[in-house]
Amino acid sequence: MRTKIEVRGLSKSFQSDKGRLEVIENISFSVQEGEFVALVGPSGCGKTTLLNLIAGFVSPDSGSVVIDGTPHEKPNSRGILISQQGSVFPWLTVRENLMFGLNGHPPADIASIADRYADIVGLKGFEDSFPHELSGGMLKRAELARALVVKPEILYMDEPFSALDALMSLRMRGELLRILAKERHTVMLITHDVEEAIHLADRILVLSARPTRIQATFEVPFSHPRRLSSVASQELRMAILRELGVEHDEADASPRG
Amino acid sequence: MQHLKASLPSITVIAILIAAWWAAVLATHSLIFPTPWAVVTGTWELIYNGTLWQHIAASLTRVAIGFGLAVCIAVPLGLWMGWVRGAYTTLNPIFQILRPISPIAWIPIAILWFGIGNVSPVYLIFISSVFPMVVQTTVGVHTIEKRYLRAAENFGVSRRTLFTRVVIPAVLPQIVVGMRIGLGVAWLVVVAAEMIALHSGLGYMIMDSRNAGNRYDLVVAGMIIIGLIGLSLDGLMRLLEGNRWVRWRYAH
Repeated sequence: MRTKIEVRGLSKSFQSDKGRLEVIENISFSVQEGEFVALVGPSGCGKTTLLNLIAGFVSPDSGSVVIDGTPHEKPNSRGILISQQGSVFPWLTVRENLMFGLNGHPPADIASIADRYADIVGLKGFEDSFPHELSGGMLKRAELARALVVKPEILYMDEPFSALDALMSLRMRGELLRILAKERHTVMLITHDVEEAIHLADRILVLSARPTRIQATFEVPFSHPRRLSSVASQELRMAILRELGVEHDEADASPRG
Repeated sequence: MQHLKASLPSITVIAILIAAWWAAVLATHSLIFPTPWAVVTGTWELIYNGTLWQHIAASLTRVAIGFGLAVCIAVPLGLWMGWVRGAYTTLNPIFQILRPISPIAWIPIAILWFGIGNVSPVYLIFISSVFPMVVQTTVGVHTIEKRYLRAAENFGVSRRTLFTRVVIPAVLPQIVVGMRIGLGVAWLVVVAAEMIALHSGLGYMIMDSRNAGNRYDLVVAGMIIIGLIGLSLDGLMRLLEGNRWVRWRYAH
């Protein structure tokens, strides 16, 4: 195992009407190659800003992000961001969306590579469909396929499944794990769903409310496929919820994080 | 059959209006204002002696040239203003001042610059349809959702690819909206321009019919034909909205 991403003392503040707003304060951690790290935290805590900083879409006020030993300042296709809203181009078909990232490849190969990835995510037969013809879950599959087709080393996922209904979100988790088992990507996932984090991640970082800091780190020692109903995973869930400020009886009452 | 059923109410209203018109003309014993039947025979006369086609062709040619030029200028200009901030801050105030000026107000200047001929109405059409199209295109670029630009940036595409594969397709539906508005204005303006200073076109035909012996049957016939052609032009632009590169915007 070698270090893939190193986050060194990242800080970021924004100018607001009420003066400067400290969003991220001195965050440092590292992610190993092939590791799946989940960041959980209260809503509005600056998780998205943190991910955008790491992916290079936003510049920090201080601190730096080092990927594979070199400073990372601008986004590129080595790390693809998948956001909650999704960004599959509505004017292109599924195949054309997948082909979008493959600009440099020889044109003859592009379509067949695109179709192979559509197949991998379960969109075979929908290559010529437009995004508005797809369901929410299929749209997520298309987005995932478009990210995977460029063979990114890192996937940055910002609440990727939270717009889906509970059943579809559960299905997409399974789908993601199935794909990751084949191609070991390094993944950073942002979620407010503790159960989702336990289902997917190797390590969970609990973030505090603004200004965001790392409040606690949990290893998830369970092997896949995971049983979320097991006592150990329930205890882990309680422990994380307590870090997030949820009382014991409240945590018991809520079926999902 | 379904289609017929849906349009039945409006057909009924039109029939009632025509009947009321006819009754009013008969009741007032008007010697000048025509009955609907007089308009029909007047139209037939224009078709029969061939002048109608000449006037329609003249008006449509002017619109085609003026509107075509406006599209060629407005779309690239709008894209540029939308994409390059400096271009927007420099040119937008000028457009905001020029835009509310009625095309009719340009007529004296058009006559002064281009004389009484074919260039003046083409210029008026150009000036009146170019502004809405520039504005729509610029707004279109400004309202592209950031997540799409960001995704394109993520895939590391060149600025050129970003423009041709993301910005232009994203704005295309707005451009078509602008073209629809622009063509509508162009048709309004050509008729107005022809009324004042020309010897052909539907606008001229209307004024000429009045001046040459109060032929109000031909005046009304001209108005109805203008309406029908305007409707067809709009229908033509609506066809564009069904295009693959535009349709996505309206599909949900």
